Amino acid sequence: MTRIDALVIPGGESTAISGLAEWNGLLSKVRDRISTGMPVLGTCAGIITLAKTTYDRVGRKTAQPTLGALDVVVERNSFGRQRESFEVDLDIPILGKRPFRGVFIRAPKIKEVTRPVEILAKLGKTVIAVRQRNIFGTCFHPELSGETRFHEYFLKTARDLLKEG
Amino acid sequence: MISLAGTVSPSRGIFSGSMADSEVTRGTVLVKRGFAHMQKHGVIMDVTSVEQAQIAEDAGAVSVMVLDKLPYDVRQAGGVARTASVKAIEEILDHTTIPVMAKCRIGHTYEARVLETVGVDMVDESEVLTPADEERHIWKWDFTTPFVNGCRNLGEALRRIEEGASMIRTKGEPGTGNVAEAVRHIRLVNSEVERIRGIFQDGNEQELLRISRELRVSHDLVKETGRLGRIPVVNFAAGGITTPADAALMMILGCDGVFVGSGVFKSEDPAERASSIVYATTFYEDPKVVTEAQRMVDEKKSMLGMEVKDLELRMQERGAQV
Repeated sequence: MTRIDALVIPGGESTAISGLAEWNGLLSKVRDRISTGMPVLGTCAGIITLAKTTYDRVGRKTAQPTLGALDVVVERNSFGRQRESFEVDLDIPILGKRPFRGVFIRAPKIKEVTRPVEILAKLGKTVIAVRQRNIFGTCFHPELSGETRFHEYFLKTARDLLKEG
Repeated sequence: MISLAGTVSPSRGIFSGSMADSEVTRGTVLVKRGFAHMQKHGVIMDVTSVEQAQIAEDAGAVSVMVLDKLPYDVRQAGGVARTASVKAIEEILDHTTIPVMAKCRIGHTYEARVLETVGVDMVDESEVLTPADEERHIWKWDFTTPFVNGCRNLGEALRRIEEGASMIRTKGEPGTGNVAEAVRHIRLVNSEVERIRGIFQDGNEQELLRISRELRVSHDLVKETGRLGRIPVVNFAAGGITTPADAALMMILGCDGVFVGSGVFKSEDPAERASSIVYATTFYEDPKVVTEAQRMVDEKKSMLGMEVKDLELRMQERGAQV
């Protein structure tokens, strides 16, 4: 953990990811690295683990923040269950004019931004991708789209951040 | 990257709608197989009640699988095993934040439709229940909800994918506490995949075509298996997994994750067993972690296993053979 330059927390089940990371002691190490500037990208379950506040649509169950690094409120399973999972063309200005295929699987929504963050993408009025300094989060799965534009943007920005020190 | 091989188009499970002035598409192969990808390196646990679902969720399961009786109890009860009560499934849906799957009978298109309407996240067309159609499986392309199917060999796996399955698992022999059949099934799949990979790398098209006829599946799907060197969708282990070491064994044999049926809730230490199997599945490459997990369970509390050759009912043999 001390040797890596940047981290991607991909999709998965956020409850399982955070429980396992807690159990093997990884969580506090990742938290420390993020607070000292390590670039991190969290997608779907990843943004849930990064968020300061999360709750689930089912019974509005609140969960303990996992990394508690990103100043947003995230509602889990906010777009509905698997039946409601979808693909859609997204307009993400930092990636250029060509639409980016967003894959949303039991996806969360960013319901509130509690401190100034850069909004990278919206679907209608819903915020679905943000950046706060070294922390990047998306509600969709850029790792499933079959193209690498989002990851290239993350890597390039991460490299610039590391150069700035 | 998710392989889209074997896609049947157009599919009645795919439909478009609008959301915030954008056109969204549901039930696509990417969304269905993508869901299965989110389960990788995780454990899916059989549950029959909200209490059990809570234990599974707290232990770090990636999904729960709802059924009326655990496979072990299906054996004991005899008679016809059907899908779980709608009320039981709804109650679990209302109290669980991880995905909820449920089993339907092989070939029972309408049990599957009911499960989709209730809102389960994935349907398991399962040999644990009594098959409803001896001639055919469900045509899964008609559904927006993804399916998982069992297999004993590569041919079964690819035929189920052709019918629209988004995820595969070994059949093993459910409810026995005996992992031997699951091991046999994954070893067979692995050796068949290895053979096809070699033929693909040699560029022997004629032999690939001959194998596709032997397996009774499309040439394309056989080629894709050769190209990838694996089953083209997520492939879990199931059937008889009882201890953390069992789970780790299935992972080193190349499975993407495990289903635990009777192993957790037919043991006398379900909470410890559930979390220990989760740890062993995710960290299977580290013998120290698996040992730590194995230390959490007491062999005296494991479910009593059954010798497969003495069974009256071999669930793995049920369902259409085509």
